[in-house]
Amino acid sequence: MTLFCQRNACALAVTLALTSHPAWATHHNVEADQQLVADDMAGMDHSKMNHAAMQGDMAGMDHSQMGHGEAPRTTSRTPIPVLTDADREAAFPPLPGHQVHDSALNGFFLLDQLEYQDADEGSALAWDASGWIGGDIQRLWLRSEGERVNGLTEEAEIQLLYGHAIGPWWDVVAGVRQDFKPGSPQTWGAFGIQGMALYDFEVEATAFIGEQGQTALRLAGEYDILLTNRLILQPTAELNLYGKNDPHRGVGSGLADTELGLRLRYEVVRQFAPYIGVTWARSYGNTADYAREEGGDADEARFVAGIRMWF
Amino acid sequence: MHSKSTRRTFVKGLAATGIFGGLGLWRTPVWAVTSPGQANVLSGSVFDLSIDQLPVNFTGAARMAMAINGSIPGPTLRWREGDTVTLRVRNRLDEDTSIHWHGIILPANMDGVPGLSFHGIAPDGLYEYRFKVNQNGTYWYHSHSGAQEQLGVYGALVVDAKEPEPFAYDRDYVVLLSDWTDENPQRVLAKLKKQSDYYNFNKRTVGDFINDVSEMGWAAAMADRKMWAEMKMSPTDLADVSGHTYTYLMNGQAPDGNWTALFKRGEKIRLRFINASAMSYFDVRIPGLKMTVVAADGLHVAPVSVDEFRIAVAETYDVIVEPEQAEAYTLFAQSMDRTGYARGTLAVREGLSAPVPSVDPRPLISMADMGMDHSSMAGMDHSQMQGMDHSQMAGMAGMDHSQMQGMDHSQMAGMAGMDHSQMQGMSSMQTHPASEMNNPLVDMQTMQPTSKLADPGIGLRDNGRRVLTYADLRSTFADPDGRLPSRTIELHLTGHMEKFAWSFNGIKFSDAEPLRLKYGERVRITLVNDTMMTHPIHLHGMWSDLEDEQGNFMVRKHTIDMPPGSKRSYRVTADALGRWAYHCHLLFHMETGMFREVRVDE
Repeated sequence: MTLFCQRNACALAVTLALTSHPAWATHHNVEADQQLVADDMAGMDHSKMNHAAMQGDMAGMDHSQMGHGEAPRTTSRTPIPVLTDADREAAFPPLPGHQVHDSALNGFFLLDQLEYQDADEGSALAWDASGWIGGDIQRLWLRSEGERVNGLTEEAEIQLLYGHAIGPWWDVVAGVRQDFKPGSPQTWGAFGIQGMALYDFEVEATAFIGEQGQTALRLAGEYDILLTNRLILQPTAELNLYGKNDPHRGVGSGLADTELGLRLRYEVVRQFAPYIGVTWARSYGNTADYAREEGGDADEARFVAGIRMWF
Repeated sequence: MHSKSTRRTFVKGLAATGIFGGLGLWRTPVWAVTSPGQANVLSGSVFDLSIDQLPVNFTGAARMAMAINGSIPGPTLRWREGDTVTLRVRNRLDEDTSIHWHGIILPANMDGVPGLSFHGIAPDGLYEYRFKVNQNGTYWYHSHSGAQEQLGVYGALVVDAKEPEPFAYDRDYVVLLSDWTDENPQRVLAKLKKQSDYYNFNKRTVGDFINDVSEMGWAAAMADRKMWAEMKMSPTDLADVSGHTYTYLMNGQAPDGNWTALFKRGEKIRLRFINASAMSYFDVRIPGLKMTVVAADGLHVAPVSVDEFRIAVAETYDVIVEPEQAEAYTLFAQSMDRTGYARGTLAVREGLSAPVPSVDPRPLISMADMGMDHSSMAGMDHSQMQGMDHSQMAGMAGMDHSQMQGMDHSQMAGMAGMDHSQMQGMSSMQTHPASEMNNPLVDMQTMQPTSKLADPGIGLRDNGRRVLTYADLRSTFADPDGRLPSRTIELHLTGHMEKFAWSFNGIKFSDAEPLRLKYGERVRITLVNDTMMTHPIHLHGMWSDLEDEQGNFMVRKHTIDMPPGSKRSYRVTADALGRWAYHCHLLFHMETGMFREVRVDE
């Protein structure tokens, strides 16, 4: 402490002696400025200064008033005002508290795919949509996907799920899924997890239990590759597994089908992007057999063109 | 929305809003000076302000804004230190409004925060503010209701000093910077909630990756991409809202409007920079001129000569310039994310302009910026920290105590006071509040934050210019309190980019208890930035006395800028009874939860 104080004092004295700046000359700012001067003088060679000559200037200085190196104060240098009843009244008017919008209900609906597909059997219209409404932790989710071929609905389903964030990147979801096609309508219970595995890489895994005891598992993922900030290549993958054969709907137990997609979109605005792409669907095992029995192929590549939009 | 007013003033932003003239020689009582350019300055001690809708056109598109006394910015209010001012604020909107006097020390019921200070001002209502002004300098005022601040409800406050100031000048101009969007601010926020990178059109692409591979090599480029991918963040995330929607204004003028301040050669000009933006930081410079910074957040600082300074949202800096050579100089304020700029001219006569620089190259945020520099974490098992998935990092908070020798566990309440040096292999590792653990609203935590006081900041390092840093700021007065803080309150700035949710300690305002201070006490607030964004933190009612790394008083401010990866401390004297707002001054961060009530009780 002593050393520091001495240096400050030197610095101060030099300043007082060498400058004629009005702010320094009037002693009132000395207390604060000394620190600055000390800093500025860090590289100074004190041996070249005539410290003895400064004694006169330093006499009468109140070291206790210097900010650094001194014992801390026990009372505030600026007196804390003694409170009056008027102060108390002004401080606490009866009020309900401030409001911000941190608990507001938000929503998002993404029509990720709405596309024409050039299928072997003709032309197909396919969609894949998802959305949510809710807060930051709890959200109500909607998912829907389906396909119409030559004007007939071949597949259509909708899921309504309650989602709860279990970490920064993962939500657990639970709810119901209603299939309208293929075959007769079917209702499922759904339970799953969804989230962001990597930046711009979204995945979901959902297990389903159908009303007739059928079980299913769907894994899906999609990734955005930025060719530019508006031209975006999106690979997708979806994989379906079933617990048992369901010949009426053309699904067999085990790994039933996979679909890979690659879509190139251009975001005219963030909310609206036309795209083109290809998909490659393949079925396996019994599912493939059922498909062949119906005269279809076990795998098929399609050219697609569509629009992606959200609001 | 319909206006209650019958008066209609169409203001063409490119031409007529916010024209400030020279405010005269400082030695002349400024309220006595009149000149045509001063139409937008109100002086005295009694003011009538009216908040109304205002048709504007800043971009070529007609929009409805909100304005104080029919201009954006509102009138510059000129007060005198020591006066008691009366401000009658009328609301001609059809929604509640309020005015907060940013940086002014006053009784709680005059502070203008709805729900904490008063009920707000109802449509057709009037609130009379009345308080004694015990300070001088450059401040500003703005609505504290919803997003009205983004819509134009802000203006400059200048308090003339009672005593002569320790510097001289011949002219005095307010340079108020702000951001304007033609979109409805609520719509902007809604978009951010849906897609938080909506306004970022500078994300890294495949082309950038190829460039990086050719420069850094495949392994390094892949490692870099992998790290960011695993963090689920983008190093291009410099601002949530960009020039894609914002037009940056200087005294209410778009860049093409070229707001102009006049001078005569040899004069000293005081420029009072105010960042009244909702969401935008600016890097300010005047090519060809040195700027001597003489005040920060209204209060005098030891003069420091710089080429450039970064001004956080809500901060103010007063600089003195002495133009001698040229006839015109460009006032250039580029947004921190380099997506645009506000611009004006210092000129010897109207109609002149100087070359306008192009914006600087866009920087990337680095792991080191966020206090996440892996290379410096000796002794840590990186394999355990999968991509900074912090849910996996519970081991750092609930650290294996058996490994820590010589620790006094009784001292570990809240872990804030932990002596890190005692932890083997974990030196200088930042601890975090328990409320951040497994919290879906906390997407990252800094590991080794530093004060960064001498850091010019992201995008300003090594640019060949002398850039102001916080380490340059020294109040011209001693610590006005002088006591050691009786306790330290550590608060972490937290958020989730993708969800666009912001908070302190992972707890949003709605879920948080007030921070309680005892009247008269001196406390230290230590902030740790656990996000990758920069946050200007503003405490109402009381000053924030910034400390250096050794705990010495540096500078008294009202808004403390917190870059990513920073840990900064300041002292607060709880000399203001009441309920006070304490928040990030980025409007949409505040609105989504980065806000606390500070309650000072006896």
